[in-house]
Amino acid sequence: MVSAGSRAGSGNEAVVRLVDVHKRFDELVVLSGVDLMLRAGETTVVIGESGSGKSVLLKHIVRLLRPDRGEVYFHDQRIDNLTERALVPIRPRFGFLFQLSALFDSMTVGQNVGFPVAEHTRLSRKQVDEIVARKLAMVGLDGIQSKWPAELSGGQKKRVALARAIALEPELILYDEPTTGLDPPRADVINELILKLKRELSVTSVVVTHDMSSALKVGDRIIMLYQGKFIFDGTPESIMRCDNPLVRSFVEGRCSEELLQALHEKGEA
Amino acid sequence: MISALGGRTIASVSAMGQLSLFVWQMLRWLVVGVPQWRTWRRTMPLFYEVGNRTLPVILVTGTFVGLVLAVQSYDQLRAAGFEQRMGVLLSITLVQELGPVLAGVMLAGRVGGALTAELGTMRVTEQIAALQVMGADPIRQLVVPRFLACLLLAPLLTFFCDVAGSLAGWFVAVRLKGIPSGPYWYYIRDAIETWDVGVGFAKSLVFGAAIAIIACYKGFTCRTGAEGVGQACTESFVISFIVILMTDFFLGTFLSGLYRGIYGFKSLV
Ligand SMILES: Nc1ncnc2c1ncn2[C@@H]1O[C@H](COP(=O)(O)OP(=O)(O)OP(=O)(O)O)[C@@H](O)[C@H]1O
Ligand SMILES: [Mg+2]
Repeated sequence: MVSAGSRAGSGNEAVVRLVDVHKRFDELVVLSGVDLMLRAGETTVVIGESGSGKSVLLKHIVRLLRPDRGEVYFHDQRIDNLTERALVPIRPRFGFLFQLSALFDSMTVGQNVGFPVAEHTRLSRKQVDEIVARKLAMVGLDGIQSKWPAELSGGQKKRVALARAIALEPELILYDEPTTGLDPPRADVINELILKLKRELSVTSVVVTHDMSSALKVGDRIIMLYQGKFIFDGTPESIMRCDNPLVRSFVEGRCSEELLQALHEKGEA
Repeated sequence: MISALGGRTIASVSAMGQLSLFVWQMLRWLVVGVPQWRTWRRTMPLFYEVGNRTLPVILVTGTFVGLVLAVQSYDQLRAAGFEQRMGVLLSITLVQELGPVLAGVMLAGRVGGALTAELGTMRVTEQIAALQVMGADPIRQLVVPRFLACLLLAPLLTFFCDVAGSLAGWFVAVRLKGIPSGPYWYYIRDAIETWDVGVGFAKSLVFGAAIAIIACYKGFTCRTGAEGVGQACTESFVISFIVILMTDFFLGTFLSGLYRGIYGFKSLV
């Protein structure tokens, strides 16, 4: 709501651009020259095996991590070299759902969801409470405002964290495994919510997921990350037809020939 | 060998740089935060927590140290015929040395470790990253209130330690050993100067600040995983303990040199 005026309506403008991004942690190379452009209103799904760097990629988009080399742009502004202070006005335009929820243990559910609102607006407590109730209702959890995060199940935490991520109605939402740990009907509620936010607020989003049915349902575009690079970038229809064995094994949820062979060799030895 | 040594030197130099940056950022937010009401609103519960955790142990240790000191020194002083002045020795030791050091050690053990654990857990569960991504500076939000609580409570806790020790000393001297109460207090009033109280006060401020900085820094830079948090806690306590004893020595030497420079030598008996 802070940035409602500046929200781009057109479907072609680049909201985020990553140019030749490299990242390593000590010896471990995680991203090696990633180029990515996210267009307004588009939902991009990122898939890839565990440890391939999907979360690291998302954190570069919101400048929780800085690239060792390369550039990150938000709209036309380069953000990878900004100071934290210069980033503050941009922050409310991002929503980030952490893989492990990252709810504040020392705050109730209501305070968690209201936190970004209180931080970035001058609304009265009553107005904040109304926003909190509305956002919690969107994830199907209105009424639990006074509970503590420790009292919630993993799936409930995830949904509260999602309510917090969308509390300021950001124009860019990054979902790190939004449906992991949810039962199938609830997972589908989240899928519908992602679609709804896109439809009604023309939100640009990135969804990291291992859940192919969710990927196919919400994605306009699917990207697969493998050994620091994208080995697939295309529509959900085209990924079903892709014949790269690495992509196939992921899409079909089957073990690749090499992994299978490695397993057999171990068994025989 | 040489390269290993070089590597360790580089690592410790970069850690020092990181720590300096951390302290610098904290000082900047401290200047911003002290006049703001919300800083104090965040600090209030911490005052309670810090006081509640440390006051009982400080009263107990202060009392017993006072008892031991009095019992030990009585015979020696009586042999020299100075037993009526034993309060002086006791009070100076307590006010200048043992009060600040005992309060500091108890603060490091009871509060420093807990702060490191709390912030380390927040880091590992990405709550600190969540603050950052919502545009709330984690140093301002988390470190400044903890620093203020430790800094301001350390002198108060030291005062309680001094009082407990002095009363215990009085108990031994007057009640057990039969020194008349009048002269006992007279010599103390005569010998203790504002300077002595000032030294204890200055030391306790330095200890409080050092404990808070070490504990928060260790929490913020804690390595991931539960063992990372445990290790950070132990290191936090050990480093605080060493820093307290070392600064006590250097600060004590410096201040007594300063005193001699200004007023000349002072005999305690
Ligand atoms: N802050 C960090 N410091 C050091 N190494 C890190 C850091 N963050 C991530 N890594 C490493 O980078 C690699 C990629 O991590 P990342 O969390 O992006 O994987 P992921 O694709 O999200 O996996 P998953 O599907 O299991 O969540 C991992 O090997 C991880 O250990
Ligand atoms: Mg991940």
